Amino acid sequence: MKIIFVARMLLAVAMLTAAPRMLAAQSAGETIKSVMPRMVKIFGAGGIRQLHAYGTGTLVSAEGHIITVWSHVLDTDEVTVVLANGRRLEAKVLGAEPQLDLAVIKLQEDDLDLPFFDLANATSASPGTRILGFSNMFKVATGDEPVSVLHGVISARTRLTARRGAYQVPYDGDVYVVDAITNNPGAGGGIITSVDGKLLGMIGKELRNAESNTWINYAVPIPEIRKVVGEIISGQYVREEKSDEEDNPERYNPFDFGLVMIPDVLYRTPAYITSVVPNTAADEAGIQPDDLIVFANDELIQSNRMLKRELGRLEGGDTLRIIVKRGATLVTLEFPVQKKPGS
Amino acid sequence: MNYRIQMAGLLTVLAALLTVESAHAVDPAVLAAQQKRIDVVAKVAPSVCAIFPPGGGGGGSGVIISPDGYALTNFHVTRGAGIFMKCGLNDGIMYDAVIVGIDPTGDVALIKLLGRNDFPSAPMGDSDKLKVGDWSYAMGNPFLLATDFQPTVTYGIISGVHRYQYPAGTFLEYTDCIQVDTSINPGNSGGPLFNDDGELVGINGRGSFEKRGRVNSGAGYAISINQIKYFMGHLRSGRVVDHATLGATVATEADGSVVVGSILEESEAYRRGLRIDDEIVAFAGRPVRSVNQFKNILGIYPKGWKLPLVYRHEGEAQRVLVRLRALHRKSEITPKKKGGPRPQPPGKKPGDKKPGDKKPDGKKPVPIPGHPMVKKPAVPEKYKHMHIPKEGFANYYFNQLEQERTLKGLKQLGDFSSATGPWVLSGKTDRGLDYELAIADAGIGMNLGPRSFLQELDGADPIDEPPGSGGLLFAMHHLKLLLTSGGKNFTEFYYLGTEPFDGGSEQVDVIVAVLTGAESRWYFNPKNGALLGFDTRLADDADECEIRFGKLVEFEGRKLPSELKVSRGGEAYVTLKIEQATLTESPKKNDKK
Repeated sequence: MKIIFVARMLLAVAMLTAAPRMLAAQSAGETIKSVMPRMVKIFGAGGIRQLHAYGTGTLVSAEGHIITVWSHVLDTDEVTVVLANGRRLEAKVLGAEPQLDLAVIKLQEDDLDLPFFDLANATSASPGTRILGFSNMFKVATGDEPVSVLHGVISARTRLTARRGAYQVPYDGDVYVVDAITNNPGAGGGIITSVDGKLLGMIGKELRNAESNTWINYAVPIPEIRKVVGEIISGQYVREEKSDEEDNPERYNPFDFGLVMIPDVLYRTPAYITSVVPNTAADEAGIQPDDLIVFANDELIQSNRMLKRELGRLEGGDTLRIIVKRGATLVTLEFPVQKKPGS
Repeated sequence: MNYRIQMAGLLTVLAALLTVESAHAVDPAVLAAQQKRIDVVAKVAPSVCAIFPPGGGGGGSGVIISPDGYALTNFHVTRGAGIFMKCGLNDGIMYDAVIVGIDPTGDVALIKLLGRNDFPSAPMGDSDKLKVGDWSYAMGNPFLLATDFQPTVTYGIISGVHRYQYPAGTFLEYTDCIQVDTSINPGNSGGPLFNDDGELVGINGRGSFEKRGRVNSGAGYAISINQIKYFMGHLRSGRVVDHATLGATVATEADGSVVVGSILEESEAYRRGLRIDDEIVAFAGRPVRSVNQFKNILGIYPKGWKLPLVYRHEGEAQRVLVRLRALHRKSEITPKKKGGPRPQPPGKKPGDKKPGDKKPDGKKPVPIPGHPMVKKPAVPEKYKHMHIPKEGFANYYFNQLEQERTLKGLKQLGDFSSATGPWVLSGKTDRGLDYELAIADAGIGMNLGPRSFLQELDGADPIDEPPGSGGLLFAMHHLKLLLTSGGKNFTEFYYLGTEPFDGGSEQVDVIVAVLTGAESRWYFNPKNGALLGFDTRLADDADECEIRFGKLVEFEGRKLPSELKVSRGGEAYVTLKIEQATLTESPKKNDKK
């Protein structure tokens, strides 16, 4: 008797959950049609070595606010955004939160009335949900061509533990892990939606799983970034500076390798080398005075301060790869990081 | 405690019920979709082949498109496999196959499976009807997994249409191609992409790879079947076929319009009035809104096709037909002799990688241990006659077949083989002038109203006579040669393929004949074999003398057109109504008379 009752209950529940799904179902084709005008292609800095100069963005306001990943692509005065209809517009970085790998950029054009995603309407979904991924991976689309669409399923919702190069990624909040290969070059800043078109998450940078070293395909749930996006747009956002201790362990400094940098007098003093101490690692690797350090282990070095921070994170046994600008050429130099005595 | 156990028991029952419930509650639509997939795979899998070089080692995929065994694959698959190859079908049988035609630029090859006339073949779809989000199947032999030749099936969606992918080196340019998230891996190359109904919509050929190794990373590309349809006649000709250029480069202006940045003065587009800074409005019937789009449209057509171009010159729209120039020099696309080094694109070292670098630029997939690697004779004795090497051809044997088929159409006109003496045609022009045209071995003469024109033969260069006709007299010399002796007296004579006729949508068979630098293209109706007309151009960059035939009338047991419509550069020059025709038998016979 009891069992029959339970069965009835279950049947009712099943019907209830099935019914709205059938009513609300927007087809994948309709979803693609409605999402495409809200996606933009971003072109900025990069283009050398393995650094792509393109990315993806998603419109979150009619006036042209766009969310994307915080990356080297935005590290330029001129970020170009190409709308779905092929229109090219300039954009400025409005604000960024490196902890979330998030940036908000704004189109430099008045009187825009663009289709956009209202982040307030973004929802969350559980594993098993079928999704569509939208991004301009591999820069396949140019001009008015629509971005690429992938399909897949949410495999898990879990905390992110990932590495980028040798470094732990600062974001360790929730992500959707998906079975589609969403996180390709230039895909960061794209989105995943449910098949019926509900915004779920923003596709992040290319990252590797910190434990298995395999590439992961993930998206940051919109609720994780919604508040910060809102604050950046309204101009109220104040970055919480993490203590220097955590961010910069200062394990090494340039002098440990024999590098004498020019005095750090400006906010962004270029990382020029004044001299190299003979018979040091830097000397043996062939670094020369007047070299300008532009990359350290694939991180763009914009200032002395950044170089210090990058070197500070090294550990004994790592390999330090430096790219210097010497005259008009880029020279790549590599040397092992020796264990510090006493450490 | 007791309560807990009860709860646990209840939960178990609940879980069991849930399973039972959900097993019964599968949406009928889901089951129907599943059954459809099973049916589609069962229907088309027999047409999918696994292609191997004769000696084993590596391989790719292909798909049969006709019961007599013609099959499509990638050029980069056949380049590694040679002239004769082995094709495994899902009946478990390995068939011999021979190369037919290749398109190195478009990365397409046509091969022919041998030994049956009832091969299972895949129906062709319309790739322009694909929409982003549509389901698609890729079939083939990725990683060479199938030892029994049962194709591997992957299933995914269309991620983008009308994509442009830059050439990998100088070749393998994918224009107007289909992007899929359907898994495409090494070994899938050359295999079919099917739409949801099991129609062939593309040939899978490459993918975007960067840091994750040469395996699927979510972006695979297929050559659209519509492009291949345009090339099909050319591929069946056994030639090394080429793509086309307009002879002009284009750039996007700030306002989004596409304008001519530079133009070759020798190009037909230039002769039709196209100049620098003119705006390209439409090409081949499609509007042009970006440089990529222009490249996409241009890239799907063979060299030499005549296509409509709409451009704006000084504010005024012009509509013209333009014959497209070759994209490459002949020497660039003719494959090097066996054993020679593979052509390396200039400035690209082997092993160079660039972001977005594409899959197999000719590299064979890594041979997989455990696969049979039996050494077999490279050329099966039985089929040896089916390969004839000739410069500019992948396999001249198939050109001969197509020539024979096409030239059968000339029989409708009667036997001209003995009429090698002088021909005299006469009548009135469309403007009421009397004309007389004499075609003899020493030269061709013409009286047109009060004026006379002469084209000497015997070593004289072909000239534009009557001036402005494009070389009508020399063209008539070609006509006589074709009718009396077929291809024998031309320096080059081959079946070209198919192309649209006078801007129409129907394709016609084309035979090309070359003599002393002048080239004629003969157009045959593919349905009834009738010769419809021909174009003769005296030099590579000269406008053609275009001659179109009226309905046939009989003259002394042979048939000739009642009128010849002559035009040049798309503009009518004259129409000759043939009222009398005297075709003299061979001079020898005459002497005896």
